[in-house]
Amino acid sequence: MHHVLPYKIVSCGDHAVTIDFGNTIDETINNYILHLFHHLKQKNIPGIKDILPAYSSLTVVYDVITIHKIISTPDAYIWITQQLEMILQQKQGDKFEEPRIINIPVCYEEQFAPDLHELAAHKNITPESVGKVHYSKPYRVFMLGFLPGFAYMGTVEKIISMPRKTKPRLKVPEGSVGIAGLQTGIYPMESPGGWNIIGQTPIKLFDANKPGGALLQPGDHVHFYPVTVEEFEKIKSAQ
Amino acid sequence: MSIRIVKHGLFDTIQDEGRYGFQHLGINPGGAADVAAFTVANMLAGNVNNEAVIELHYPSSSILFQQNAVIALSGADFGARINDQPVPINTPVLVSQNSVLEFTQLVSGYRCYLSVSCGFAVDEWLGSFSTNTKAQAGGYKGRKLLGGDILTFKKSFAFAFNGRNFLIPGWRADVLPLYSSQHTIRICMGNEYDQLTAASKELLANTTFTITNDSDRMGCRLSGVPLQRDSNIELISYAVTRGTIQLLPGGQLIILTTDHQTTGGYPRIAHAASVDMPTLAQMRPGETIRFAWIGVPEAQALLIQQHRYLLQLQIACNLRLQEFLDAIH
Repeated sequence: MHHVLPYKIVSCGDHAVTIDFGNTIDETINNYILHLFHHLKQKNIPGIKDILPAYSSLTVVYDVITIHKIISTPDAYIWITQQLEMILQQKQGDKFEEPRIINIPVCYEEQFAPDLHELAAHKNITPESVGKVHYSKPYRVFMLGFLPGFAYMGTVEKIISMPRKTKPRLKVPEGSVGIAGLQTGIYPMESPGGWNIIGQTPIKLFDANKPGGALLQPGDHVHFYPVTVEEFEKIKSAQ
Repeated sequence: MSIRIVKHGLFDTIQDEGRYGFQHLGINPGGAADVAAFTVANMLAGNVNNEAVIELHYPSSSILFQQNAVIALSGADFGARINDQPVPINTPVLVSQNSVLEFTQLVSGYRCYLSVSCGFAVDEWLGSFSTNTKAQAGGYKGRKLLGGDILTFKKSFAFAFNGRNFLIPGWRADVLPLYSSQHTIRICMGNEYDQLTAASKELLANTTFTITNDSDRMGCRLSGVPLQRDSNIELISYAVTRGTIQLLPGGQLIILTTDHQTTGGYPRIAHAASVDMPTLAQMRPGETIRFAWIGVPEAQALLIQQHRYLLQLQIACNLRLQEFLDAIH
């Protein structure tokens, strides 16, 4: 399965490189990137400080000084690029773990969904059907970013897709479920944000006191299911 | 052994070298905005390993020393005074019990680092003491310092102060070589640079940009003649890093700094060289910068050079600090 997909390696400043697979949202590419991510983590290449899988790119943050000490020439960028090229050219194992299924309750009631009416009106559908369409299919977690534990999921049906708000809110409450283009996501904590909020989950998405902290991981499949305000409060107080 | 925050400052937090290895979970590295000043503050307090320090913004906290301590200040000069007597930056300071350290005026720079010998005993989260205010973890309760907070430090010293509130040696660390003198920030090519119009490429290379008031530890926002792209392709999100310069929808630029988001979707026009991030961290809103192109190998060579200078400084400081302490004991 893992014939090498077309890619280019570009520098991301003087301490990071990006392996770029093109400007596209594609499950096969994203799977391959996650595979590379785990493979690179295992390899434990000295000087690598962070590895960030995204939709269709993988960025490696490295320490110039550490690598300089190993290779004793100032060409840390060339060295790291060579390491990555070698790994990309190797035939890699094609063992894939089944995606984890995570069920997440969402209350789509108005009090938790400040943008529900606007989105429904814009799309010429009823507010109730926005929620129905949203929870009707599972979503893949393509990547984490933006905030600790914020999962970028997709893709939503075109009938409920909506660009980011032109004027971001200064405060989006913790647990808010939003839509941005074909993506859906949950704010793990209160934050400024521009996604269209159509509901809220009572579940904690990020807990600094737990190992790893983030409930969702890239590659996970998320099933949303609707809950009433009463159920929302019940789950929330049980957390 | 502790200090007490008598009056809180604008935004003073515990920081160290940052938290790496968790960006794939959306957890940014954080850490001191001016890594050079952070390192110098530590070496002046005799810390071989980089201990957590307090990063101060002006107006800064007022701090009561509940026991004797060896401290140092580096980075910005905020007109520090101990019991109303001026204290220089970039030198070790022996502070006596019950003294109060205050910061009285913006002399130069934007961020001051306060280190204490052997370090503060603060909260570690995911391998770092840096404060992550979003996750509310690390440092001191995961938040900025407030009045009444008591921070414990690991070691106190017995000195003969002979009636004085503090003692300093007659030397200072020369930090000038760590900063770019002309307010020039060197930049490496970004992936979407080619999408800029020819006129905008000219503007980027040849005009100045002013740091705006809404800059913070997340990003340094700039104002200048708006830049334009030939293309209006929407980008999907990718990783960004410290120094990444993004083009915002209105045509203005933001240089991502220590508390940057881990991912973003705006065009990456360029990346500021790591060697110049300390310079940027010390610039205030209203000040102007200009950019100069540099290649990645050259930027890395300059960073290695800066690292070597810090190592030399470390050796010199260790020797002189020991002489100074021996003379007092």
